[in-house]
Amino acid sequence: MTARTVPTVAALTVQEAARRRVLRALAVLTVVLLALSAWGFSRIDAEFGGLTSGEARLAAATVLNLVMFGLSLIAALGTAFLAGPTVAGDVESGVALAVLARPVRRGAVLLGKWLGLVVFGCGFVAVAGLTQLLIVLATTGYWPPDPLTGLALLAAQAVVLLTLGLLLSTVISPMASGIVAVGLFGATWIAGVVGEIGAAFGNESVARVGTVSRMLLPTDGLWRGAMNAFQDPALLTRFSDAFRGHPFLSEVTPTPAYLGWAGVWVALVLGLAVIAFTRRDL
Amino acid sequence: MTAGPSGETAARLLAELPPSPAVWCSGLRKRYRRRTAVEDVSFSVGRGEVVGLLGPNGAGKTSVVKILLGLVRPDAGEVLLLGRPAQDPRARARVGYLPELFRYQPWLSADEVLRLHVRLTGAAVPEGERRECLALVGLADRAGDRVGGFSKGMQQRLGLAVALVARPELVVLDEPTSALDPLGRADVRDLLLSLKAREVAVLVNSHLISEVERVCDRVVILDKGRLAASGTLQELLGQQEVRLRLDGVTARAEARLAAAGGLTREGNSFTIALADEDTATVPDLVADLVALGVRVHAVEPARITLEERLLGILRTGSGGERP
Ligand SMILES: Nc1ncnc2c1ncn2[C@@H]1O[C@H](COP(=O)(O)OP(=O)(O)O)[C@@H](O)[C@H]1O
Ligand SMILES: [Mg+2]
Repeated sequence: MTARTVPTVAALTVQEAARRRVLRALAVLTVVLLALSAWGFSRIDAEFGGLTSGEARLAAATVLNLVMFGLSLIAALGTAFLAGPTVAGDVESGVALAVLARPVRRGAVLLGKWLGLVVFGCGFVAVAGLTQLLIVLATTGYWPPDPLTGLALLAAQAVVLLTLGLLLSTVISPMASGIVAVGLFGATWIAGVVGEIGAAFGNESVARVGTVSRMLLPTDGLWRGAMNAFQDPALLTRFSDAFRGHPFLSEVTPTPAYLGWAGVWVALVLGLAVIAFTRRDL
Repeated sequence: MTAGPSGETAARLLAELPPSPAVWCSGLRKRYRRRTAVEDVSFSVGRGEVVGLLGPNGAGKTSVVKILLGLVRPDAGEVLLLGRPAQDPRARARVGYLPELFRYQPWLSADEVLRLHVRLTGAAVPEGERRECLALVGLADRAGDRVGGFSKGMQQRLGLAVALVARPELVVLDEPTSALDPLGRADVRDLLLSLKAREVAVLVNSHLISEVERVCDRVVILDKGRLAASGTLQELLGQQEVRLRLDGVTARAEARLAAAGGLTREGNSFTIALADEDTATVPDLVADLVALGVRVHAVEPARITLEERLLGILRTGSGGERP
């Protein structure tokens, strides 16, 4: 029964994401961002006369990470605003009544929605991210050291955020859940930057802000890992000062323990969402 | 969810009793904060039986229906659907439901909605049968259109199709005609009659009492969350009455009329509350009247309507069955 429900609902959720206006908004934003970045990279290339100088490489790496941050933001906004309506919206409108009166477990329905959103979010990151990397390759000839890891970490970040959105949407209204999820995402990013600056100035308690927020919501840690995978490793040795407290450069890759924690975090939050949704009166 | 160990034992024992009713519920109770929505409601719907759930707004009808379908968790009470405890989702495998708030995925087409529900049920319903189902509710030519473009009434028709598509043995309809035009209401009545002919059990909650009266075998009346009355129409509406329009009624003829049951006279019109259910009573009476020289213009059955009875029960608050 669960084996039947999960894929059916997952397919439905992907279909919903594809047919809703959110997708068109996402596509437009992505195309605009990619076009801007293509123009930006061709300018960098023209200004510095190729990426031979260290400064040019540093600029390119910063801009690439900046654009990737834009993409991750679009992915975050998109999935958070899809995750909200898909549960809270269905409950509010009444669509959930007919579906949940079928011989299905609510947990299986929620798991199916989650899976559909994961497929959608990862698909978006893969397509948009790869396009971005190809644009950089075409304009500047730069190819990041570890593009697969970078994209995987970006996708993991999207999964973390949409799981949070799903939990929120089982308890609050669709719009509010999207806004709160994106707000928390932004707050964690800022806390991460603050922590980096604290670390750069050797201030332990400020540095701890970033560490703690990175544990509470693992989006920022994954994002820093993704940045690290996209930038030229030679830069780190030559410009180590520039990396200190820099919001769009990173000197760390996430440890296996941190990745494990991110996985546990997703499982925990998903479990909470299932419990909240199962106990709810419709 | 609510069943303790003893409750589960009871549920299992009941489940083993053949033939299990389509719906069996006992001692349902639900509070929303301080407000009691349902209090100690018990009833059952037999296999193939059509039962009307009646009551004023806010009586708790929708809450009861949602508890039956596992959409709302009761504070107390037990539910068996088609012999299975309602906590088990499989209990709903052969149950169709039209919610009071009927909305379907607006980005899907009508046929895709049906396909989704068939798939969630785990049934195998071929394309042709889905088409038939849509045709039955008058949406045959809209199968490929997005539900988002449907009117309220069309969405309710689609909801009926959704309730019927997976070959249910029990259909629960919460105000199935609330958004329908008179033609649609007549369609729903025909639909209920065809379900009855196919021995599909139906629990229908409707404001259109006259329609309930026409199709239901039994009614359950709720008031302020409590069971106000329940029974067959015969039990609730009590004795049969007969109305006669007569000419040339002599004293002897009037005495003969009075002998058949409680007599009330309005000019030429005589109403008799028949004392017994004997089928020979009325023909015998007419034969005797003719023999006494009375001219008989009309003989018609009459009894109080369900509506009158319902109003009586709700106004006096008397929950008692009629003798
Ligand atoms: N989700 C809810 N939250 C709070 N009160 C509710 C909720 N659902 C129903 N009620 C209350 O329960 C009572 C019964 O409602 P309902 O079952 O919808 O009645 P009916 O369907 O007979 O009109 C009403 O007083 C209503 O206000
Ligand atoms: Mg209602």
